[in-house]
Amino acid sequence: MNAEPRILRTQAEDTLALEFAAARTRLPGSPSVAAAREVAFADFQKAGLPHRRTEPWRYTDLRALLRTVPPLVSERAELPAIVDPLAGLDRARLVVVDGAYRPELSDLSGIDGVTVRPLAELLREGDERIGREIATLDDAVVSLNAALMTGGVAIDVPAGAKIARAIEIAHVTTGLLQTHTRNLVTIGADASARILETHVGPADSAYQANIVTEATVGDRAKVIWAKLQLEGAAAVHLGTFSVSIGEETEFDHLTLMTGASISRSQTFLAFAGENARAGLFGATMVRGKQHADIALTVDHAVPNCASRELFKAVMDERSEGVFQGRINVRPAAQKTDGRMMTQGLLLSEDASFFVKPELEIFADDVQCAHGATSGEIDEDILFYLLSRGISRPEAETLLVTAFLAEAIEGLGDEAIGDAFEAIARDWLANRGQEAK
Amino acid sequence: MLEIKNLHASIDGKEILRGVDLVVPTGEVHAIMGPNGSGKSTLSYVLAGRDGYDVTDGEIIFDGENIVETAPEERASAGVFLAFQYPLEIPGVATMTFLKAALNAQRKARGEDELTTPDFMRRVKAASEKLNVTQEMLRRPLNVGFSGGEKKRNEILQMALLEPKLAILDETDSGLDIDALRVVSEGVNALRSPDRSMLVITHYQRLLDHIVPDKVHVMSAGRIVRTGGPELALELEAKGYADYAGEPA
Repeated sequence: MNAEPRILRTQAEDTLALEFAAARTRLPGSPSVAAAREVAFADFQKAGLPHRRTEPWRYTDLRALLRTVPPLVSERAELPAIVDPLAGLDRARLVVVDGAYRPELSDLSGIDGVTVRPLAELLREGDERIGREIATLDDAVVSLNAALMTGGVAIDVPAGAKIARAIEIAHVTTGLLQTHTRNLVTIGADASARILETHVGPADSAYQANIVTEATVGDRAKVIWAKLQLEGAAAVHLGTFSVSIGEETEFDHLTLMTGASISRSQTFLAFAGENARAGLFGATMVRGKQHADIALTVDHAVPNCASRELFKAVMDERSEGVFQGRINVRPAAQKTDGRMMTQGLLLSEDASFFVKPELEIFADDVQCAHGATSGEIDEDILFYLLSRGISRPEAETLLVTAFLAEAIEGLGDEAIGDAFEAIARDWLANRGQEAK
Repeated sequence: MLEIKNLHASIDGKEILRGVDLVVPTGEVHAIMGPNGSGKSTLSYVLAGRDGYDVTDGEIIFDGENIVETAPEERASAGVFLAFQYPLEIPGVATMTFLKAALNAQRKARGEDELTTPDFMRRVKAASEKLNVTQEMLRRPLNVGFSGGEKKRNEILQMALLEPKLAILDETDSGLDIDALRVVSEGVNALRSPDRSMLVITHYQRLLDHIVPDKVHVMSAGRIVRTGGPELALELEAKGYADYAGEPA
């Protein structure tokens, strides 16, 4: 029982212990959930915040970066007026404010057959699906979420349902808080769905959002999933997505990140049935002193599955981008086809890109590859555009947009792709104006 | 139109142009021939304003203004066009998007209204048909997967749409077979005009069978060392560049 004591706790870790002690009795959940919270917090305390010797977090040293943590949510906030970044994109909207699903702010039209419930209700019922998709993850930030989760939304797309209208989970943080949101998405066999995840908050508040989304995709289902991280400029975003997909599924996922001061978006995808295909794409745009980390683990546990990963990152000014990607091919996973590529584009001499692609292969009949590149805008190409009269900013915008578009279009959804490309163009249009 | 006076330029401290003097009057087509390494391509890049070349002395007078310090995009809007020897491939940027961006950027720089989409499409259609540039090529990313001939036709299409006052054709014949050379040359000849000057840079005389110049200049070791009529090209074809290979006296 005696875990090795960690003698030095950071101020942030101390605050979290106090917050948990004060909140444990009022956090929602059945007795089994309450017991699981205790275990999860003990796991967190044992590990502490991830630091540079925590291999999966080596480029995002939270122990150093999180000096303090803001308080937990204690009261229900009004929804602040925040510009809708996807205005014009047709979708249903499930609004989660400060880690709690708010039905009265949500719009569920056009998604008949889909069940939407507050996650807090499922916690009170002790729903055993909660925590299942993250059970094997050894990650202190996920443990912290498991200890402190307040709610979020549970979405059930029944077997065979074809839901054409996109469903957005709109996460909004209202002020200087730490939030721990948990979402649970279950997509039945033969169903099809398009899920959007957005993350926004006030520009001037150093809030910390910890979001864990668990998803299970049934056999032969077809899913498009796009995440948009547009958190406020001073925020910390810690997002975890863990999904397992059944046989013959088609699953495509895109993460676009441009907000927050410090952000980490980690995706864990497990193939649970044969002949499935997954595409995982990413587009990161950072500037100022932003730090944006993408971590990816693709677990080929069964034979005959294919995965494609393409992650692009654009770093301007003094920002830092990180990509850590890993494809595991287990002994049984013969005929795996896995290809991972990451490309960084540095727009400034002071920007950095840290990359660690990994393949771990235990089967012998597989096709796997990974690649990584990092560079600046090609001067020859730039001159070609300038020589036609195109201004330097416009030429750079054209080239950076084209660079990102390959990843955004990989998702294979034109409407979502167009909306996300518009966000990329907006970011480029504001170049040089938000230097910090 | 174009007057180059005592132009010296170097790259990485190495002097490539060593006092070029050249005048191309409005409406004339001049050819520059010369052995490899004589500075022909450098001259074309320096005229277009490429970064990395230091102009250490001399002037480039275009339309009465010295443009040595002018940015490449400003030169383009003022009417300078360079047809590249090796047009670049730009993945992710559709040819059509690129053409529209270029045309509208130049119009904007000159204080003109942007073209409406139908007007733009009409112009592209008219110009592309003459050059055998298909709709399919226009939809593809710029020059990506284009053959050598397609790339050169695409360069001339850009020239036709941008209507420059001065067109510099850098080794436009390189990589072309006879049929492609004919199509490209016809495209260029169709753009000859009393308001437009052209500087045709080539190593071989064969291009000048198709695009007959008013004058031929021989470049060697960074200078224009001889100037003559079209017959000079024939003489060079017959005798080679052996007489011009040495350092200038």
